[in-house]
Amino acid sequence: MASATTQQATGRGAAAPAGGDLVDRHRLATRLWHWINVVALVVMLMSGLMIFNAHPRLYWGHYGANPDPAWFEIGSRGEQGFARLGSLKVPTTGVLGVWRDPEGRIQRRAFPHWATIPSSYSLADARIWHLAFAWLLAVGLLVFMIASLVNRHFRRDLAISRHEIRPGHIWHDIKEHARLRFPTGEAALRYGILQKLSYVGVIFVLLPLMILTGLTMSPAMVSGWAWLLDLFGGRQSARSLHFIATAALVAFVVVHIVMVLLSGPLNQIRAMVSGRYRLPPDKGLRP
Amino acid sequence: MIGRRSLIGGLTLGTGGLLLSGCDRLNASPGFRGLLQGAEQLHYRSQRLVAGGGALAREYGRADMSPLFRVNGNVRPKSPDYLAYALGNFADWRLVVDGLVARPLRLSLSDLSGFPQRAQITRHDCVEGWSAIGKWQGPQLGAILRAAGLSSRANFLVFHCADDFGGVPYYESIDLNDAFHPQTILAVLMNDHRLPVPHGAPVRLRVERQLGYKHAKFVMRIEARDRIDNLHLGRGGYWEDRGYAWYAGI
Repeated sequence: MASATTQQATGRGAAAPAGGDLVDRHRLATRLWHWINVVALVVMLMSGLMIFNAHPRLYWGHYGANPDPAWFEIGSRGEQGFARLGSLKVPTTGVLGVWRDPEGRIQRRAFPHWATIPSSYSLADARIWHLAFAWLLAVGLLVFMIASLVNRHFRRDLAISRHEIRPGHIWHDIKEHARLRFPTGEAALRYGILQKLSYVGVIFVLLPLMILTGLTMSPAMVSGWAWLLDLFGGRQSARSLHFIATAALVAFVVVHIVMVLLSGPLNQIRAMVSGRYRLPPDKGLRP
Repeated sequence: MIGRRSLIGGLTLGTGGLLLSGCDRLNASPGFRGLLQGAEQLHYRSQRLVAGGGALAREYGRADMSPLFRVNGNVRPKSPDYLAYALGNFADWRLVVDGLVARPLRLSLSDLSGFPQRAQITRHDCVEGWSAIGKWQGPQLGAILRAAGLSSRANFLVFHCADDFGGVPYYESIDLNDAFHPQTILAVLMNDHRLPVPHGAPVRLRVERQLGYKHAKFVMRIEARDRIDNLHLGRGGYWEDRGYAWYAGI
């Protein structure tokens, strides 16, 4: 990899980069990991939804099965599909619980054919996909973490300073995001505090939580590593947290894609493919 | 700009559609499935490292037990032999231990109670995702295998069961690591009572570091074998023959 620093603009020699310059943005390790994750997360999500279909109820604690109270479930009653969270029951006919397959037949599984791998019910096949791609996700995260310590990506781009974490600064960044005003020129080389918080949250909280709660559902893993059961409060709690963390990751991906679309999608995608990013020109809007 | 956005939107939808049908096509491809199923070996090796040998599954207290233990799989075998045994409260039933052993055995329920017993309150983890906690008691499988004189050529224990799905008999298999694990027992008591028929009377295998489908119910015969790929559909169990992993530690 051409390990030019992000600070170094091309075409202007050593001078500070400015709006309109084409600069080195993302390191090779970051780009590789990003696209591996695109594949791994999509497969993990869709095969995971199929696995959920095998038992579409969630519990807290060590045990939980049909005779026990579920805090969340997706089900059907007659022709009506529903999702229930606690005592709040929402009709979801057509999407969750009751839906039509591509042949027009009514199906009573939780998540519909277009959201699952494979598209027709198979717990066995979904597990084959899920548990193979889990290795890609987990080993990928580990290698990325090591690479980002070595190439100083964490230290340089993601470390949060005391100044940035002040409520006033965070509030300022929220207002800028709400007005769709993104940094331009040299400032666009650095992540904003909301970006840093969400990337740090995904890399150091959500993805490790997904992996560890997934392992806690494995009877062999928790025979060797019983502390996992205590950490999450039981296999069924781990399964619930696995599902909640999934929802949080999906929310991250949705916001992430929206922000890419709003901030110049082709430039952003090029930066994540080739590493080269054109700094947005100054519009004189920023104070 | 709008053109660009709708282009990207169209590409996203198109990619999504390709992805969906592509995944189904990959799912049907033997080569790709073989690649994915290779992960089972990784699971087996890594988990034997983490929880091989003596690592015990968590044992719980009485207060942690499920109020009602869910019944799963076959509820009552249909074979006339089994029904006759059940009618006689399994007094005439004998557990056959044969295959690669020096001394084949035919064990009654009272014979089984003569072996070293183990009682354990453990969590039953179904492959579907639910769990139930119950108390199991019975002879350790290892003691029975020692009494039968297990041959050094044996690599697997196959459990032949009385139940079937549409005429296809249920069976399961485990390796010697699990067979001689201290928590691997032939449960004859559940929650301090004789094992009820829906839970696998008269004997259910407990192999606590693996998922529920490995815990064969209605066990009639334990066969020691050197290989399992020449039995039924060749993958070592009823559900394994239908696409589930033989190693069910995860």
